[in-house]
Amino acid sequence: MTQTLVVIGNGMVGHRLVEILRDSSWRIVVFGEEARPAYDRVALSSYVDTWSSAELELPPLTGCELRLGEKAVSVDRERRVVVGASGIEVTYDALVLATGSVPFVPPVPGRDLPGCHVYRTIDDLDDIRATVKAADRPGRHSGMVLGGGLLGLEAANALRGMGVSPHVVELAPRLMPIQVDEGGAGLLKRLVEKLDLTVHTGTSASSIERDGSRLIAKLANGLELDLDVVVFSAGIRPRTDLDLGLELGPRGGYLVDAACRTADPRVYAIGECAAVEGVTYGLVAPGYSMAEVVADQLSGGAKVFPGADLSTKLKLLGVDVASFGDAHATTEGALEVVVNNAVAGTYSKLVVSDDAKTLLGGVLVGDASSYLSLRPLVGKEVPAALLQPGGAVDVEMPADAQVCSCHAVTKQTITDAIQSGVACDVAELKACTKAGTGCGSCVPMLKKLLTDCGVEQSKALCEHFTYSRAELFEIVRATRITTFTALVEKHGTGRGCDICKPAVASILASLNNGHILGEAQVSLQDTNDRFLANLQRNGTYSVVPRIPGGEITPEKLIVIGEVARDFGLYTKITGGQRIDLFGATVDQLPQIWRRLVDAGFESGHAYGKALRTVKSCVGTTWCRYGVQDSVGLAIELELRYRGLRSPHKLKSAVSGCARECAEARGKDFGVIATENGWNLYVGGNGGFTPRHADLLVSDVDTETLIKVIDRFLMFYIRTADRLQRTSAWLEGLDGGLDHLREVVVDDKLGICDDLEAAMAAHVDDYADEWRGVLEDPEKLARFTSFVNAPGTPDPTISFRAERGQRVPVQLGIPEVVR
Amino acid sequence: MTVVCDFEVLRPEQGVAALLPDGTQVAVFLTADGSLHALDNIDPFSGAAVLSRGIVGDRGGVPVVVSPVYKQAFELATGKCLDEPEVSVAVHGVRVRDGVVELT
Repeated sequence: MTQTLVVIGNGMVGHRLVEILRDSSWRIVVFGEEARPAYDRVALSSYVDTWSSAELELPPLTGCELRLGEKAVSVDRERRVVVGASGIEVTYDALVLATGSVPFVPPVPGRDLPGCHVYRTIDDLDDIRATVKAADRPGRHSGMVLGGGLLGLEAANALRGMGVSPHVVELAPRLMPIQVDEGGAGLLKRLVEKLDLTVHTGTSASSIERDGSRLIAKLANGLELDLDVVVFSAGIRPRTDLDLGLELGPRGGYLVDAACRTADPRVYAIGECAAVEGVTYGLVAPGYSMAEVVADQLSGGAKVFPGADLSTKLKLLGVDVASFGDAHATTEGALEVVVNNAVAGTYSKLVVSDDAKTLLGGVLVGDASSYLSLRPLVGKEVPAALLQPGGAVDVEMPADAQVCSCHAVTKQTITDAIQSGVACDVAELKACTKAGTGCGSCVPMLKKLLTDCGVEQSKALCEHFTYSRAELFEIVRATRITTFTALVEKHGTGRGCDICKPAVASILASLNNGHILGEAQVSLQDTNDRFLANLQRNGTYSVVPRIPGGEITPEKLIVIGEVARDFGLYTKITGGQRIDLFGATVDQLPQIWRRLVDAGFESGHAYGKALRTVKSCVGTTWCRYGVQDSVGLAIELELRYRGLRSPHKLKSAVSGCARECAEARGKDFGVIATENGWNLYVGGNGGFTPRHADLLVSDVDTETLIKVIDRFLMFYIRTADRLQRTSAWLEGLDGGLDHLREVVVDDKLGICDDLEAAMAAHVDDYADEWRGVLEDPEKLARFTSFVNAPGTPDPTISFRAERGQRVPVQLGIPEVVR
Repeated sequence: MTVVCDFEVLRPEQGVAALLPDGTQVAVFLTADGSLHALDNIDPFSGAAVLSRGIVGDRGGVPVVVSPVYKQAFELATGKCLDEPEVSVAVHGVRVRDGVVELT
């Protein structure tokens, strides 16, 4: 008979357990107190970027009965029944408690006043936002976060995202006292104070009082803070308010053994509510590991909790912080090697054994790039070079070292997958080993292991060039070569092909070499570019005039209708807010363009690896909810980047508010209006592998926005592979989004002036490609059906009617000579 | 014999389409080394009369035209499809006489 497993709690750990047991024989019932499905609480502070809870959602659970908004109110262990708030009773064969934790709120007088919040759930953030919105202080709002640990700094970051200047109050003498030592914390404080945070350490709040619309907090050191909002983020406590009559651990939490089992053999506890052999854990990785233990036990296995690696690496307020092993040098006789570079803003401390032979732990602040190679060396022999000033950190990792700590994947597992040929790239490694699918911080290490194992896909463009597209771009830019023939003679072999010719044509066009159908370029173009229209299955083409931002006058709409009617074209509205006219023959194209150009239209570049369209919602002009003029910006962007040739097509959109009606996050670059300006997202994609775009900059004004887009697009154009969309480019970019931000926002490489100048040259150089053909008899002459019978229609093309329009008669595939 | 066009109309590494009196369409190519090739214009994989609009180049040194529809390469000299060797298109005779390109 099917046995029933009841899971109480639908947080990250409970969710993981159900995911693992999804295909098991257990019938699974989940009680979740929150009405929303499980979400990524680790990424909670990013909710402030979008205010969309969907962004944080974990993959939906299947194969279980998910009772959301149903709090488990009691458990009768004798009858083996869980009772929900609605009165529902579910009988279990096994019960897993995954109730998580509750925020610890210190007993400060006034802590229950309106305007005081905790920081734990999406609802908490919504409440904090409501308090901030209601505050009537002119200029920036003022807030206080009680707690200067990891969570406190996260909360401070969330407040900053809401336009609040936070005071951070920490009882310990330094920030992040658990993970970071005094030297590291000193640097951390300096770095975060540059970001509009005020840090008060070694003190606490002694009272909070309401004064009109303000809150006044008195600190133990005598300071008084005038505030709009207070957030308690001073740690968590295991949540055990559901009383099963089971023993608790010394610091709370349901006491369980190494198999995560309570004294009742049918009842388990996992995650933050569990005290495994008396010890509680406040990180998600040990929780996942407990979920795996219980899943194994329930499947008849004998796995036990292996203990937890409490190492952490994170980016707090843009500052890298990492701590691993014995970070505080508590081991007897431990020695510390400290490099504190106040000028560069980096701090590193390695802790080694008394004989300086074994690495015990360390702390990194400001630059944690060496964390991935150092952490696996804990407990192992420390390479002598590491202890020299400026010692190299590129050290060989032992085979049993854990590369992915979220899923406990060792280097051995990964190299096995690579060497057996199961995985040839990061995506395949993720699929077959799960490494890199948690927090993702080990992805650069996965890439390195692929390279170390000799997996390096040839970057050669095709048989005619050994260079990658990016390298060819630099060659063409540096040598100012303007013809394919010169390029292939000097830097390639043979005559070229359908891969390198269009790629080089695109590079030449990106570098502003005149009309793409110029004498030297025309033979390089793929048919769409060669005829400035889109080839369809029967050999005819479709025509898409530019309609910037999707805004069009009735007069222009009528012209499109008249042209379609007069040439018998099938019309369809595209997904990019414009109109596609299908069924034009080669000789009709210039006639159609003539009519459109005369009416004020121009090419929409639907045929090119170029900017397509900038979609928009109606924005403030009409919409009751809009906060910025999205149509105006969309038109400005579309007119700025029209005709820009790139490694692949570019799509964009502008939404006038966070409701995101223009679907900007599915675009290569998407803009979403905020009350203070614009958020820019990059690397989005629909299509075969959908990807939401990542936030690059937030709350910027229009001038800054355009500057960053200019740089982003030019950087992409120069460095991407052939036919690589921005999403794949960004995924493959070493250092990912952070690196992109360093290059195009912080100008770390010092190339931004050059990128901006290149875009300015494009904008100056732009000319309508259709008009360029109409004004040039030589180009025009190429638009004939037959060179020996101009004007004679192609006899293979015929049409039939469907729903009142002309559509192609399917071509018979000719009898092929075999 | 069908007249295609003046030789000077052709451009290296490009094709043009010509119509025969019987309705057959022929794609005529001039390659970079100055040689002329003529193939049936109809792409056998799509049925569309478009081979003259394909990109001309070489594959492993063999001069080819690549169909703009599904990108199969056809050898200019033989009409053989290099991606699916059992498929080919007909080859036509082509020459230049007194500066005029003719199909024979």
